[in-house]
Amino acid sequence: MLKILKYSFYDLMRSRWSYVYFLFYLALGFVLLFLNNDVSKAVITLMNIIIVLVPLIGTIFGVMYYYDSKEFTELLLAQPIKRSSIFLGQYLGVACSLTLSLVLGLGIPFLLYGLFKSNVIFDFSLLLVTGAFLTLIFTAIAFNIALSNENKIKGFGYAVLAWLFLAVVYDGLFLMSLIVFEEYPLDSFSLAATMFNPIDLSRTLILLKLDISALLGYTGAVFKEFFGTNTGLIISILMLLLWTVLPIGRLAYKAKRKDF
Amino acid sequence: MIQVENLHKKFSKNQVLTGLDLNIQEGGIFAILGPNGSGKTTLIKIILGMVIADKGTVSVFGKHIKNKWKYRQEIEYLPQIANFPGNLRVKELIRMIKDLRQQPCEEKRLIELFGLQPFMDKKLATLSGGTKQKVNIVLAFMFNSPLIILDEPTTGLDPAALISLKELIQKEKQEGKTILITSHIMQFVEEVADEIVYLLEGKIYFKGGISELMEKTAQTNFEHAIAAIATKKSNA
Repeated sequence: MLKILKYSFYDLMRSRWSYVYFLFYLALGFVLLFLNNDVSKAVITLMNIIIVLVPLIGTIFGVMYYYDSKEFTELLLAQPIKRSSIFLGQYLGVACSLTLSLVLGLGIPFLLYGLFKSNVIFDFSLLLVTGAFLTLIFTAIAFNIALSNENKIKGFGYAVLAWLFLAVVYDGLFLMSLIVFEEYPLDSFSLAATMFNPIDLSRTLILLKLDISALLGYTGAVFKEFFGTNTGLIISILMLLLWTVLPIGRLAYKAKRKDF
Repeated sequence: MIQVENLHKKFSKNQVLTGLDLNIQEGGIFAILGPNGSGKTTLIKIILGMVIADKGTVSVFGKHIKNKWKYRQEIEYLPQIANFPGNLRVKELIRMIKDLRQQPCEEKRLIELFGLQPFMDKKLATLSGGTKQKVNIVLAFMFNSPLIILDEPTTGLDPAALISLKELIQKEKQEGKTILITSHIMQFVEEVADEIVYLLEGKIYFKGGISELMEKTAQTNFEHAIAAIATKKSNA
């Protein structure tokens, strides 16, 4: 598996897009920090961008890479390599190079700015950790969709729809349900609903770490009580892990049974 | 060397193999023939583990291949359509496959044989169909494995390359290897094959030597004998 990972990783490192993605974050980091002059605010702005953009890029790169490397995959399938190694290796190659672009692109400006001297280092690392998780999750979802759809256009469409649903539509449905059922106690419902969407989960996690939960009103207090504690943090991270492991598991399972 | 028992495979609604049994012993050149869509490539891909059979068992070198992958170390495969990652150079592709297989390898002789030296630094996407097929052949023959599977090896080759290919196949045969070939060029099959396996409607319709086949179909020409099987069946 490591060899496949190596080749996929090198392949991506040679492509222009990894650098574009890296430079984009680099520029974003510098602009936000040096125009804002306030690390906490920069972290919040970054969060808003990361929470939407990282899943989108993960989805699109995942689908594109899968379809693009189809020939490579077919070549590998006839070689003495385990099937799950081929697909997991390619997946990890994409996910790792995207994560690296994100972490380096944002990390460098923050380091230069003197992150270690400020007290937001923990918030910032949390931002990077959730960013990495979102990359892993959405690339895995994209690989799953591409594996199940021979037709490129269909696969691309479904992948973008999946992103749209989790990033936008889900929130809309969530809010609507809150309004419709506003007469009932909704604390545990909204907690659960947040848990079931990795984007919402990441957003809530970061917002509450940033101590601006007062803005969120009563629900915010409930959330604070849950997410603010160490147990809440651990459960959330576990949930993100679960979100990562499940699609990867399905990927390995499906890859074993597919005909090429 | 290869035992196939009661093999079934269906692609959505298209039943390709219906209870195919086949036994291929060690050594010699076996041509797998059959009309378009008779399941030749499917059979080969099942033997390679690229397609998963619905029913039936396949053993290669005396072991069941289900969920196994190590046995592919002993197989060299030439796919029907030479699809390579286009952004790689020929040199890099060969180096990569060598790195993945970690087996002794003699690519230099083959590269010279097919005159590929000027293309080593070219990207695969820029190569012509015939040159790609040559690269394909180099990749398939550069390891020293006892079983070689060639799916339409002659596609796009010029006469000189075709002669080299035939010599290469004969050389491998003399080393006692087992070679499976599919082809629609009957002249080529007649020249190289020791035994014919004819697939029809998802089953083995005929297995035996070329002379046997001519006797059976009462034809004097091999190409007509092969064509006769298909027409006789459809008339019946």
